Amino acid sequence: MSYNQDMIEKYRGNFLKEVTDNVEEGDWVKMCMQCGVCSGSCPLGPHWEHPPQEIFMMIRANKREEVLESTSMWMCTSCYNCIARCPRGLPITHIMHGLATYSQRLGLAPQNQPTQKFANLFWKNLVKKGRVNELKLGLSLYFMNGFGEGIKTSLKMKDIGLNMLKTKRMSPMEYFGGHGCKDIKGLHAILKKAEELENARIGKSGS
Amino acid sequence: MADMKIGAYICKGCGLGERLDCDELETIAKRDGKAQVARQHDFLCSADGLKTIQADIDNEGVNRVMIAACSRRAKSEAFNFDGVTISRANLREGVIWIRPDDDELRETTQEMAADYVRMGCAEAKYSTPPASAQEKGTNDTVLVVGGGITGMTAALEVARTGYPVHLVEKTGELGGAAAKMWKDVPRHSPYTDPVDTEVARLAAAIEADNRITVHLNSTITKTSGAPGRFSADISTESGNTVTENFGAIIQASGATPYDANQLPELSYGKSKDVVDRVELEQLAIAANGGPIKRPSDGKEVKKVTFIQCAGQRSDKEGHLNYCSGDCCLTSIKQAMYFKDQNPEIETEILFDDLRTPGAPGEDFYRSGQDKMITFRKGQVSEVVAGDGGPRVRFKDLILDEDLEEEADLVVLATGMVPNSGVDIDNVPQNEPGEWEVNVDSILNLNYRQGKDLPHLKYGFNDSHFICFPYETRRTGIYTCGPVRRPMDTQQAIEDATGAALKAIQALESAKIGRAAHPRSGDLSYPIFRKEGCTQCKRCTVECPFGAIDEDEKRYPLFNESRCRRCGTCMGACPVRVISFENYSVDTVGQQIKNCDIPEEFDEKPRILVLACENDAYPALDMAAQQGNSYSQWARVIPVRCLGSVNTIWITDALNSGYDGIVLMGCQKGDNYQCHFVKGSEMAHTRMSKIDDTLQTLNLEKERVATYEVAITDIDRAPQLINEMAETVNQIGLSPFKF
Repeated sequence: MSYNQDMIEKYRGNFLKEVTDNVEEGDWVKMCMQCGVCSGSCPLGPHWEHPPQEIFMMIRANKREEVLESTSMWMCTSCYNCIARCPRGLPITHIMHGLATYSQRLGLAPQNQPTQKFANLFWKNLVKKGRVNELKLGLSLYFMNGFGEGIKTSLKMKDIGLNMLKTKRMSPMEYFGGHGCKDIKGLHAILKKAEELENARIGKSGS
Repeated sequence: MADMKIGAYICKGCGLGERLDCDELETIAKRDGKAQVARQHDFLCSADGLKTIQADIDNEGVNRVMIAACSRRAKSEAFNFDGVTISRANLREGVIWIRPDDDELRETTQEMAADYVRMGCAEAKYSTPPASAQEKGTNDTVLVVGGGITGMTAALEVARTGYPVHLVEKTGELGGAAAKMWKDVPRHSPYTDPVDTEVARLAAAIEADNRITVHLNSTITKTSGAPGRFSADISTESGNTVTENFGAIIQASGATPYDANQLPELSYGKSKDVVDRVELEQLAIAANGGPIKRPSDGKEVKKVTFIQCAGQRSDKEGHLNYCSGDCCLTSIKQAMYFKDQNPEIETEILFDDLRTPGAPGEDFYRSGQDKMITFRKGQVSEVVAGDGGPRVRFKDLILDEDLEEEADLVVLATGMVPNSGVDIDNVPQNEPGEWEVNVDSILNLNYRQGKDLPHLKYGFNDSHFICFPYETRRTGIYTCGPVRRPMDTQQAIEDATGAALKAIQALESAKIGRAAHPRSGDLSYPIFRKEGCTQCKRCTVECPFGAIDEDEKRYPLFNESRCRRCGTCMGACPVRVISFENYSVDTVGQQIKNCDIPEEFDEKPRILVLACENDAYPALDMAAQQGNSYSQWARVIPVRCLGSVNTIWITDALNSGYDGIVLMGCQKGDNYQCHFVKGSEMAHTRMSKIDDTLQTLNLEKERVATYEVAITDIDRAPQLINEMAETVNQIGLSPFKF
C-alpha cells in the first residue's frame, strides 16, 4: 500500500487530526477563528485557488483530496504578511509550506504547477554543490516548459544577461561545474542524516 | 435668611487681570450687582484668597458668595464654603479663553465679563443656601427580589457590609437558572474547563448568614414609599402576607429561556433529539459525568451539532431581535461536556458570528478549539427529522456550499427573555394607580407612573448599561443581572455587587436627606407652592423618575428621596410653582434679565445659550481650553438638565431683547446620554412648541434652536453658537430692545 493509502486508512475521515499529526505547525489549524485577515492580507490572494482561511475550513470539513491536490499552498511567497497580522498568532506561512511538503510526500502535489516545479529545481540545484548556481538555475527555469519556450525566453533575456557578463555579475564558466561550499561531503552527510530522521519520524507516525 | 449679603470676589489670576479691567468689574458688582462686599484678588483660589472669602463670611456676614474666576467646573473643592450659596461667573473659560486676545476685541470681551458678573450677582441674590430634604430615610434593610445567582450574590454582598437583607424567591429553592446547569463557564483563570456553578456554596453562605432572611415561594404583592422608607408586602403562595420596611430594593428577577416551540423549522418538538440549551444541561446532569445519551432511544451521542442564534438576532416574528450574549460561551461549555468525556465525539458549532464577551471569553474559546470542537461558520436553514437522527441543512459561509449533515443530537442555542414585569408605557391606566389590565408584576409598585420599572428596549429594564448601570428610573430600586441586559453568570455576579453598593448609597443618602445620584450629595430638593398649583399633572407625568405621586386632592405629592434634582418638574410647570433653593425659575430668569442688552443702534446682538451642565457646558469649557472660540455675543447659562428649562425663560429672554437662543442638551431617545433619562427629550418636545410663542411675538422661528450635544463635541458646540450668530446677522436684530 502507498503512503497515501496508509494515511487514509489511519485517519478515516478525520483530516484535521491527520494534519495536526503530520503537517509542520499543523497543530495550529484548529485554532483558526475564520476572521479572514490572512486572505485579505495575502498579496497574491486573488490568484489562490483557496485562500488560507478557506484551506483551514476545508481541513475541518474533511476535504482531504481537495486540500492536498490544491495549487494554493504552492502560491505562497513567504512574505509573512499573514503571520504578522493573524490575531490568533497562527504561523500561516509555515503551515502552507507544511501542507505543500506533506502533499509532496504523499505524492498528491499538482505536477504541472510552476512554483512546485521551480521548488524542485531549486532544491536539486542547491543540494548538488551546497550553493545555488544561479546561471544553471536561471537556465533550467527558462527550459522548464520545453526547449522551444526555453530558446524564446533566453533570447528575450539576452540583453540583461550580456550586461551582467559585462559588469561581472555572472560568469559563463559557472556552467561548467561552478563553485560550491567548502565541505560538500559534510553537507551531503547532514542531509542524508536529516532524511533518515525524517523517514524514521514519518515511519513511526505512519505505521 | 433674612439679611442677605452678597460678597463678590474677582480673581485676577490666570491672565484675567491682564485681559480684563477688573476695577470696572468690581464697580459693576457693587453698582449693578448690589454686592455689599466686592474685592479683587491676584490669585483667588490660593490659601490667602480663600481666607479672604472665609473672613468675610465670618466677620462681615456675607452669605451669598459670588466668585468671578474660572468655570464652575474648576476649583469646585477650593470654592466650597459652608452655610452660604456660591455662584460663579465664568470669566476664564467663558470669556478670556474662548475669545481671541486682540486689542480690537477688548471692548466686547470686557462686556462679556461684565455681563457674567451681573448674572452671577443676580443668581446669588435669588438663591438661598439649601437645607437638606425634610423627608429622611430611616431604614437600613435591603430587599433583594429574585433568588438566582444574581440575587444571592447581591444579598451576600449587602450582608457582608453589615446591612440586613430580605431575599424573596418565587420558587421553592434558591439558585434560579444556574441551579439547572450541570457546570458553568469558568469564572477564574485558567479559563479552560467548565467548573461548578457554586450555587450550593452561595446557598449555604446565605443560610449561614444571620443578617439574611429568605422568603421562599413568595412574591412582592405591593411596594410603596421611597428610598430609606420603602414598604413591601411579601406574600407566600398560600396567601400569608408580611409587610416589611426597606431602605433600598434590588431587583434581580433574571430572565426566562426563550420558548423553542416557536422554532418548528428547526424540528424542535418534532424530533426528541433536538433540544434547547436548558434541556442539554438536564441531559448532562442525568449523565453525571458519563456519556451523554440522546433522549429518543438512549443511544450514546457520537455526533452533536450546536446551532447558534436559534430564534435570536432575527427580525422574524416571534424571534428575539437581540443577541443574548452568553449562548456562544454556553455552547462551547456544553460541547466540552462531550469532548471532556470522550474526545472522539464529534462536536460541531454552527455559528454566524461567534462572540465570547467577558473575562473568560477568548481564552475559553481557544480552549474549545484546542479540544478540537469544530467551529463552522454556517447558516442553518432547517433541521429535518431523519432515521438515524436529526439532519441539519445549512450553508457553509466560508466554503459557500449547501450541506446536509446528520447528527445524533442537535442543540439549539436559544436566548433569554427578561423577567421585567409590566411594560408600564404600554399598559394604560384609568386613574392614577388603577390599571386597565392586570399583568404579572414583579414589584407591584403603587407609584403613580406604573407598577414596575420602565422598560427601555426589547423588554429589558431601563438602566443605562454604560453610563449608569443598575440605576433605574426609580430611585432606590436597582436592577442587576439579565433583567437589565442579557448576560452570563459571571457578569451577573459583577452586576449584583455593583447594585449592592448602589443600594447602600441610596439608603445612606436618604438618611441625610440628600440626592444619591447623579447629583450625588445635592442637598436641595423641589419646593412646591401649593396655593399656585392648578393640578395640571404635568409634573407628575413628566418626572422621569416617578418621584411625584398625587395626593387625595390631586395635588402633586413630592417624594423627596425619590427625586434626582434634575428640575424637569420645574421646567414642566406652567405656573412656575416648583423651585429649588439654589436653582429656580428666578435664579436663571434673573440672570437672563440682568444681562445688559445694548440698544438696537449699537448693533451688538445678544445670544442666550442654555447649556446642560453635564455634557454641553463641559464641552464648551473644553473648547475654551483647546483654544476654540465662539461669538462675543453669546451669554452661556448652565442648567441642571435641559428638561429643567421653563419656557418662561425663553419668552422672557425674547421679550427683553435677546436676538437668538441656543439650547444644548444631551442625546435623547433609546440610546440616550441624558443624565436624567427623559429630560433632554422633554425639552425637545417643549421647544418644538415654542414656535407659537415666537409667532405671537412676531419673531422668526430660527431665533430659537435646540440641539443634542455630546461631551465630546468640543468643535461642534462653539460652531452651533456661531451659526446662531450668523443667523442673527442675516435675519437682523430683535425689535424688542429698549
